[in-house]
Amino acid sequence: MAINLKINGKRVSSSSDPETPLLWFVRDELNLVGTKFGCGIAQCGACTIHVDGVAVRSCQTTLEDAEGLDVKTIEGLAGKDRLHALQQAWIDLDVAQCGYCQAGQIMSAAALLADNPSPSDQDIDDAMAGNLCRCGTYPRIRAAIKQAAGMGG
Amino acid sequence: MIDTNISRRAFLGTSGALVVAVSFTACKPKGAGPVTETQVTSTPMNAHVEIGSDGFVTLFAQHPEIGQGVKTSLPMIVAEELDVPWEKVRVRQSEIDPKYGFQFAGGSLSVPMLWQPLREAGATARAMLVSAAAEKLGVEQSQCKTENGFVISGSKRLPYSELAEAAALLPVPDKAELKFKDSQDFKILGRRITGVDNEALVTGRPLFGIDQQFEGLHYGAYTKCPSVGGIVKSANLDEIKAMPGITDAFALDAKGEVDALKPGVAIVGTSTFAVLKAKNALKIDWDLSNASTFNWEEFLERSKSAALKDGGTSLFSDGDVKTAFNSADKTVEHVYAYPFLAHAPLEPQNCTAKVDGDKVEIWAPTQMPTQAVQMVAENFGFKPENIVLNQTRCGGGFGRRLFNDFVAEAVAISQKAGVPVKVQWTREDDMANDYYRPGAVHGCAAALDASGKITGWKVNFHTLSKDGETPGRSPNAYMDNEFPRHLVDHYSVNETVTKMAIPTGWWRAPISNGFAFVYGSFLHEIAHETGQDYVELVLSLYGDDQIIPGPQGSEINTARAKGVIREVAKRSNWGKKLPKGRAQGLAYYYSHSGYIGEVVELEVSADKAVKVHKVDVVADVGPIVNMSGAENQCAGSVIDGLSTMMNLQVNIQNGQIIEGNFDTYPLMRMPSTPEIDVHFIQSNNPPTGLGEPALPPLAPAVCNAIFSATGERVRELPLSKSGFRFA
Ligand code: FES
Ligand code: FES
Repeated sequence: MAINLKINGKRVSSSSDPETPLLWFVRDELNLVGTKFGCGIAQCGACTIHVDGVAVRSCQTTLEDAEGLDVKTIEGLAGKDRLHALQQAWIDLDVAQCGYCQAGQIMSAAALLADNPSPSDQDIDDAMAGNLCRCGTYPRIRAAIKQAAGMGG
Repeated sequence: MIDTNISRRAFLGTSGALVVAVSFTACKPKGAGPVTETQVTSTPMNAHVEIGSDGFVTLFAQHPEIGQGVKTSLPMIVAEELDVPWEKVRVRQSEIDPKYGFQFAGGSLSVPMLWQPLREAGATARAMLVSAAAEKLGVEQSQCKTENGFVISGSKRLPYSELAEAAALLPVPDKAELKFKDSQDFKILGRRITGVDNEALVTGRPLFGIDQQFEGLHYGAYTKCPSVGGIVKSANLDEIKAMPGITDAFALDAKGEVDALKPGVAIVGTSTFAVLKAKNALKIDWDLSNASTFNWEEFLERSKSAALKDGGTSLFSDGDVKTAFNSADKTVEHVYAYPFLAHAPLEPQNCTAKVDGDKVEIWAPTQMPTQAVQMVAENFGFKPENIVLNQTRCGGGFGRRLFNDFVAEAVAISQKAGVPVKVQWTREDDMANDYYRPGAVHGCAAALDASGKITGWKVNFHTLSKDGETPGRSPNAYMDNEFPRHLVDHYSVNETVTKMAIPTGWWRAPISNGFAFVYGSFLHEIAHETGQDYVELVLSLYGDDQIIPGPQGSEINTARAKGVIREVAKRSNWGKKLPKGRAQGLAYYYSHSGYIGEVVELEVSADKAVKVHKVDVVADVGPIVNMSGAENQCAGSVIDGLSTMMNLQVNIQNGQIIEGNFDTYPLMRMPSTPEIDVHFIQSNNPPTGLGEPALPPLAPAVCNAIFSATGERVRELPLSKSGFRFA
């Protein structure tokens, strides 16, 4: 039986194994490869996406779990002709080193700002603690979130 | 798409390649408005520079981007000497081709090795453009200058784009005649230039090895023996093949040499999830008769108890160490140890290969692309000209991707399965099949005279290697001018090597990452136990300004060493009064041609929770190429150093790696991140790399601060072994 959901605003129907994690579904079937695999056990946050506006680990969220829901990946974050303020801040402050974790970092930060447009340092640390950066870009991630928040999220 | 293919003879310095004018569609990022098609003609000037008819130049980044920033910093060097504005530069990852020499990312060597050749590439193209302009205008070359992508002569301004075709046909000037910019006139170098892939990264466009997707691609998983050296006896292949989405499953036989294929079972299917699910259902009967039985804790305890006793083979023996110790006024002795480490780059190993008869195309996130091509030619019998290797961005390197075992797997699996395959490792595969930073034990002894001068230095080094004999291959080999050789008259190192089959490799700042902890801590202990000021002791050890000889590129200039120590002390307000439980720690180390001093300020609670407040870094690596990248590398090295020393270790029991994922190999997270201040002492010394040297001093700086804050000396890493944790 087909599973219906919305990905980045588009209706998608799939007859894949309902147990397929959204991580592999979006990457392998939809070619949306911005969402990354790092651990597969909810430890690293590289696979962070939004389901109905909430940041979740797509390695732990199955196709079945997302039936009828609204999924957003990094590819769907930018506006029509403008990047999200976080994406712009990430570029301007040159946050990335290898860059592999950054899509997940941005998705976690976007969920934070949607909820809390002017987060405190503590709020930022709390919201971002689930996202690992092996390269150690945490100081610039903090700064970029603050810069984007200053720009109105 | 190539619309013109003009075969003209060109005098290209490095390759003698043909000039090919290509046209391509200028791509706009997704979501950034409609894509407009523009026909652009591009004229290659040399292996690094192509000049487009649209006023943009394309520069080719030749080495792999692993997060160290070379895809941005190397083209900056070319652009500077070419004299074009950075805004008019497009960067493309180059192909793998002998014209670029040996392409790799390691040893923080990209900048020092390529600084001069890339300046030459830019200056050569610029000189040829000037020649072409002089000819066109009928003036002398000396009447022309360049500025921002134009040749200017009097009131005439000719854009490079109008000169490129003629310039490319001119003779290549002699290197000796090239003129380089004075560093005063740099417009790009030293600036804060943001990464060329930034927009693609933040919008999720495909860049990495794992991102390769194309029609007909299959997905693969490969399971190796949990005990290093085990081979496959049998497996439930029929059961696996019957699972949904699985198209093939087979065992591969192999010797398991470094960089070659290890024995294991391959599963091929139509989605990553299908093959990972089948991997979980895989049952393999292993033949363990030749598997490793190494136990780390056993080695550790044995080595610790032997470390202060005589033994081992002499590596160095300068002066008369025995007499120095016999006649010493005071001696200090301590034993230090550090564990095995995994690289754990965030992108697990993966590789895509498409074998088609006697040809193969590969997409590999590797630090050693040239070596990968050589390995595939040697091990699989492809002619080098039939191997195309596309270098992808790497989701972290840290030395792990200096080995191409994952490339061998993808080629072997695609060849056997007869389909293109992306082989994807799980995190658990990655942890269990690394080339680990080997752990080691150092027994250290120092002899001091009545004035407190260090007169003798003796080390017993307990290490591991594959054959028990040749640690020269090992990433823990002693260097000729390892600290404090040549600074202390009577100096000796003895080495005891234990045989072990666990593969080891280079982990960010190899050798230095462990040695700095040992020597930086030991010096602090010497100062404390002999009642001397620690910073004064270190400075006096370096003595007068001098060059300590070493293998090429590793001579140590003691004036630069003392310079960073003094500067970091000043910037951190070293010695300032702090409340109880809070203290500073300072360490200095020279590695990868970089001079780095660090001061850590931290606080330790009664129950051993460590809050690192601030880290000051002062680095002298010559002139800075990209200020943004340079600061990022230093801050990242500090965080890597802190993350590693607090909680990370790889335990090996009976030849098996115990840690499997980030739950048991807990990298540091944002809340533990200190404020980090990075300062560069810039000089006209040749520029050197920054991917590694800021990591080694962090561990001793932290341990020294913990001692000053609590009185507890840590002599074994990680800190968690002594009950410390992040606050
Ligand atoms: S891959 Fe999902 S949290 Fe790491
Ligand atoms: S930038 Fe490399 S893992 Fe975060």
